[in-house]
Amino acid sequence: MRLFWELTRRSFQRWSTYRAAMLGGLVPNVAFGYMRAYILLAVVAQAGPIGGFDEAGVVTYSFYSQALIVPIAIFGGGGPDMGLAERIKTGDVAIDLYRPVDFQLYWLSQDLGRAAFGFLSRGVASFAAGFLAFSLVVPSSLGGIAASALVLVLAVVVSFTWRFIISLTTFWLLDDRGMQTLAGVTAMFFSGFLIPTTFFPGWLQGVAAALPLRAMVQLPVEVFLGLHDARGVAGVVAVQVTWIVVLGLAGRALANLALRKVVVQGG
Amino acid sequence: MVEATARNARLWRRLIGARIRSDLQYRTSLVMLATGTFLVTTMDFAMIAVIFGRVPSLAGWSLAEVAFLYGTAGIAFGIADLFVGSVDKASERIRTGSFDIILLRPVGTLLQLVTDEFALRRASRPLQPLVVLVIAMMALDVAWTPLRLAMIALMIVGGTVIFSGIWVISAAATFWTVEGREAANAVTYGGGFLTQYPLPVYGEVVRSLAFVVPLAFVNYVPALAVLGKDDTLGIPGPLRYAAPLVAVALTVVATVTWRVAVRHYRSTGS
Repeated sequence: MRLFWELTRRSFQRWSTYRAAMLGGLVPNVAFGYMRAYILLAVVAQAGPIGGFDEAGVVTYSFYSQALIVPIAIFGGGGPDMGLAERIKTGDVAIDLYRPVDFQLYWLSQDLGRAAFGFLSRGVASFAAGFLAFSLVVPSSLGGIAASALVLVLAVVVSFTWRFIISLTTFWLLDDRGMQTLAGVTAMFFSGFLIPTTFFPGWLQGVAAALPLRAMVQLPVEVFLGLHDARGVAGVVAVQVTWIVVLGLAGRALANLALRKVVVQGG
Repeated sequence: MVEATARNARLWRRLIGARIRSDLQYRTSLVMLATGTFLVTTMDFAMIAVIFGRVPSLAGWSLAEVAFLYGTAGIAFGIADLFVGSVDKASERIRTGSFDIILLRPVGTLLQLVTDEFALRRASRPLQPLVVLVIAMMALDVAWTPLRLAMIALMIVGGTVIFSGIWVISAAATFWTVEGREAANAVTYGGGFLTQYPLPVYGEVVRSLAFVVPLAFVNYVPALAVLGKDDTLGIPGPLRYAAPLVAVALTVVATVTWRVAVRHYRSTGS
């Protein structure tokens, strides 16, 4: 466990050398934040609050979801991923197998360090940029802050278990771009990143509820906006933990299969 | 001049052919990529559909009218992306020093870069907006005279040229700062998104920016003329027909910017 945190800390430090790139990505984050905020504002100004999202809610949602892009990293091209797929492509993954740590936990530590730095730098900055033109909602009670933080960390872990599986398919496909793009598009819509899933028509909300993606954007945003009481937050956490267990175990099984069956690309 | 153009066209075909053959090496991935790229645009439209499930109109524009904007923006962006999208790889080449190779070859720098990464998968990008545009045109209560159809064609050509110019200028900016690539995405991909919605939806600062980076002329302003809509922003009437001029002006600016940028290039030496 100590080793795990040490790896996480090192990953955080390594990523923090990419300060300039992190800030470069801030510009599109803020631009999209503003565009989406205005579009959704026009919607709720006409229709009234939808699924608990009022005018302040949709604006906050627009910027908070932008802040999640880097830590969640499920959108393919939306920011740096952990780099596992790249290492499978080059064959460097063979080196990871020699490490004295569990393969999946090693990559989790790398990803947590990456996500933490991404959120604290670009995430916080792009959220703060929303205040230039709007008043955003932030959790004010200690309980609200704690709940938001917990749900955010869990969202990153859910997204890790999801991306771990996606990255592993590179063993079979040899080229990760197709899978990343497909997974990224699906994630963008069903996570509630493009538009809150509560805006969907009923049947589509059912589809979203059956997928793990909602646990990465929609649910964290709802908790951040304070739309859930203590019981509701417990429900959100339960959903997230369930997906972490399910996807985590599936990823482990797939990793074992890949590492036993597949020839690592040399050269 | 004519001879040079013909030679460039031949070169373009050969370079693109090589690119496509290399893409075909990973067939499964290519199919997934093409599907994914097709879905990227579909998702954008799904968002519009979800919005209109909640409201009857957006800034005074109906679903059919917004779909018209979405279709024209998507086709223009898709074609521009197909032809010059890979120019944004310039920053990567500058960082690694491989831009030197580009300078050594006896072919134009811009031509080499746009053929460098010609992605077959991108060809699927304009298809979905095209389908949406056709359906939108059928749903709209507009008499589609030959003149109006010609205006739409001109609008799409103009939009493609404007987007292409923006791509090139953004890529040129990365010659001064390598980190600029990410920032440039705000204008390129951001512009692709911005033009899917009617301009009055946005706040004043975003709207003004759409006239500076002439995204307003990709589709919103010419669409006012095509659809005969009343404008709520107080845009002078003659400007509705100015999009082709804007496109030509931007092409000149983009070409000059690119030349200045390439001259500014200092190799990293690695």
